[in-house]
Amino acid sequence: MLELQAVTAGYGPAEVLHQVTLQVNQGEVVSLLGANAAGKTTTMKTIFGLVPTRGGQILFEGQRIDKLQPDQIIARGLALVPEGRRVFSRMSVRENLEMGAYMQNDRTVITQGIDLVYDLFPRLRERDKQLAGTMSGGEQQMLAIGRALVARPRLICMDEPSLGLSPLLVQLVFDTIQKIRKEGVTVLLVEQNAFMALNIADRGYVLQTGRIILNDTAQKLLVNDTVRAAYLGG
Amino acid sequence: MLEFAATNGGPVLFFQQLELGITLGAMYALVALGYTLVYGIIELINFAHGDVFMWSTVVLLLVSNALGLKGTLGGFALIGVLILFLAIGMAVSAFLNVSIERLAYRRLRKAPRLAPLIAAVGVSFILENIAQLTIGSGFIAFPPIFPTTALNIFGVKISILHIFIFGLAVGLMYALDRFIQTTKLGRAMRATAQDPEAAALMGVNVNRTIFMAFLIGGALAGAAGLCYNLVIAQVNFFTGFKFGLIAFTAAVFGGIGNVYGAVAGGFAIGIIYALSIQYFNFLPGGGVAWVDAIVFGILVLTLVFRPSGILGQQVPDKV
Ligand SMILES: Nc1ncnc2c1ncn2[C@@H]1O[C@H](COP(=O)(O)OP(=O)(O)O)[C@@H](O)[C@H]1O
Ligand SMILES: [Mg+2]
Repeated sequence: MLELQAVTAGYGPAEVLHQVTLQVNQGEVVSLLGANAAGKTTTMKTIFGLVPTRGGQILFEGQRIDKLQPDQIIARGLALVPEGRRVFSRMSVRENLEMGAYMQNDRTVITQGIDLVYDLFPRLRERDKQLAGTMSGGEQQMLAIGRALVARPRLICMDEPSLGLSPLLVQLVFDTIQKIRKEGVTVLLVEQNAFMALNIADRGYVLQTGRIILNDTAQKLLVNDTVRAAYLGG
Repeated sequence: MLEFAATNGGPVLFFQQLELGITLGAMYALVALGYTLVYGIIELINFAHGDVFMWSTVVLLLVSNALGLKGTLGGFALIGVLILFLAIGMAVSAFLNVSIERLAYRRLRKAPRLAPLIAAVGVSFILENIAQLTIGSGFIAFPPIFPTTALNIFGVKISILHIFIFGLAVGLMYALDRFIQTTKLGRAMRATAQDPEAAALMGVNVNRTIFMAFLIGGALAGAAGLCYNLVIAQVNFFTGFKFGLIAFTAAVFGGIGNVYGAVAGGFAIGIIYALSIQYFNFLPGGGVAWVDAIVFGILVLTLVFRPSGILGQQVPDKV
């Protein structure tokens, strides 16, 4: 479904991603692991056209999407839950969700999408008119996930969705990912919580200073020595 | 021409200056909105905005000459000319502002912050110089097309022109508010102002929202240009420099990036301006000599003590 082929990218003089190759198949949950500053967020930004590629190709459903603008990429059916949530703090919860449905023009489809998100996170329904910036971190994360879901993407990418949340909320995020996948949505998940990520993922990639160093099924990665040493605390 | 200081004393004098201040404030607010809309979205102080405003006054002068307008108009002729002038003024400034963005600022969007600012100063010089070449360096009278009728309320003269300007400005501000708050494009502009990258991830075409900010800001400045010509009745290539600085002060005073702040700041500065002229008249040289120092003093004090302005931002960005 999504394919990165030898993608190189960076900022200014610095090259951050070196020939990154990875693949996400329809219906899978794929997890991208790596230490801080490995280039996980840069990988996400490159997929969504926020960072230009310097080499290689990105394909979505067989068609090239590198060189496209972010709005054109979104229109293909991808959505990103960005690192750090990035909700529109001076907009209400509903307005944030309407922003998520920005590409959709049919009012009834938008309202249905918002209702689905509210069914998934009843907490958000209660806060419909509240400004996003006044909510707790966990609620903002639900909103960030909901905002990506209203557009009903076929592939959802999440960049550290559990970062900074209490254990209970981390569990909620992972439960949500399971639900999303049951709906038939494909998931590419960047996580620092490697153990939980690999537990729900089908396959995983390990990124180290901008290079993919490991690529295997989640079960094998869970018992892999390198992964255990680096990310699972031995 | 504008009568700056009224002759009666006491409350009548105060309210007379207040009436003038509100009229000036309406014009400052319209121009301040242009600074704030652009700053809110791309964090650029569009230094050329005052000159974008000035160009509408120049073009309206040229059009009124071409139409052979000389004296006061009435009835449908007045209404027709006002609508025509409003359309032309708004179109001229909107077109100029959008063109500047496209030709100068867009290619500098990823450059260090100072680069577009310097480009804006350069554009300002270019616009002033072309205006000077077009109409010369002097002050040229704009025909007094608007009747000088005034209402007299307990001795305070409220001119019909000032009522027209107030109504026009408030009408445009209301339209802007409805656009920003209720339309999809307006919401996209707010989203871009808060977080351009996140907005792009929602599918917002950021170039288009930036274009809209320049378009609307320019159009409002053009409307102010018509008001200016009707009130001040003089056109000069250098008008936009000072007018722009005062409007910029209004935007900063109200809270740059905040459209309600620009409106509040515009009226506040207009009123302070008009009252200062009167009540600092005892100073050497009269109030007129001091009013700029007072207004720019407010700019400096705002920047030092409350950079986010009187309204600022209502909600913190992060919890
Ligand atoms: N906007 C940026 N400009 C310059 N360098 C950046 C930028 N964003 C990230 N980097 C650098 O790119 C590298 C990878 O960062 P990132 O992709 O955020 O890593 P991760 O998400 O895996 O923690 C880091 O060395 C970081 O300093
Ligand atoms: Mg990251």
